[in-house]
Amino acid sequence: MNTPLVIKSSMVEQTTVLAPQSDIDMARAPSMRDAIKSALESKPSKLVIDLSLVDYVDSSGIATLVETLKWTREAKVGLALAGLRPRVKTLLDITKLTALFTTRPTVEEACKV
Amino acid sequence: MEREPEISIRIFSDPHLLATVRGAIDGLAKCVGFHDKSRALLTLAIDEALTNVIRHGYGNQTQGMIWLHLWRSADPRGLRIIIEDLGKTTDPSKIKGRELEDVRPGGLGVHIIKETMNESVWEQRPSGGMRLTLAKWLNAEELAASYPAPSNPEQSNS
Repeated sequence: MNTPLVIKSSMVEQTTVLAPQSDIDMARAPSMRDAIKSALESKPSKLVIDLSLVDYVDSSGIATLVETLKWTREAKVGLALAGLRPRVKTLLDITKLTALFTTRPTVEEACKV
Repeated sequence: MEREPEISIRIFSDPHLLATVRGAIDGLAKCVGFHDKSRALLTLAIDEALTNVIRHGYGNQTQGMIWLHLWRSADPRGLRIIIEDLGKTTDPSKIKGRELEDVRPGGLGVHIIKETMNESVWEQRPSGGMRLTLAKWLNAEELAASYPAPSNPEQSNS
């Protein structure tokens, strides 16, 4: 059985940083979705999702990221993904979504976008 | 496919079990000779297939039965996988990945499966439910780097 998804949340000035601590699959994507929706309720100027500890994302996780893109565009909140590992980047590539997201190697760089 | 599979797993249609299954697939794929990126794609495709069964075949009910069988194949070298369930059946001709230009959540699983596997065939089981047959072969680099294939893997128990 897999463990629940722990998501660390922090603020860097007006940017909310969400950092899931493990893989995002069908079982864990709802927790990620809830955390993102909750973070957006506080109306940050930017949302950074730190994926540096995420080795695996399935299409449920990708769907959550696409929803996040839609929500942030509607709310006029900036969105950046940080620290993508190779497997996660591969998935974004094969689903042709890479170009839709702003990605940076580190949270620090993502916060500056 | 007559010989016994290298691995057979029966799981409930519970998403919390998927991580365990991914581990088993990744381990066998490494033995066969798939490199990291191929293993990631193979694992992802099977995970997506199981997710589709849970979501569409069993309507997210967690007590449905899913059978997963994996065979090593010698020619071409790689893995063959069969996934069977007793869930709701679907007309195989209607199983299609959505257009990627249509950016929206969901509907990516079939696209991922078709994009990453060398073969993917959906069919209705005569006794009910669906059967998905998948295959992925080693690429040239993986073949060159791998150990020689067993002379007759159909009879190999290793």
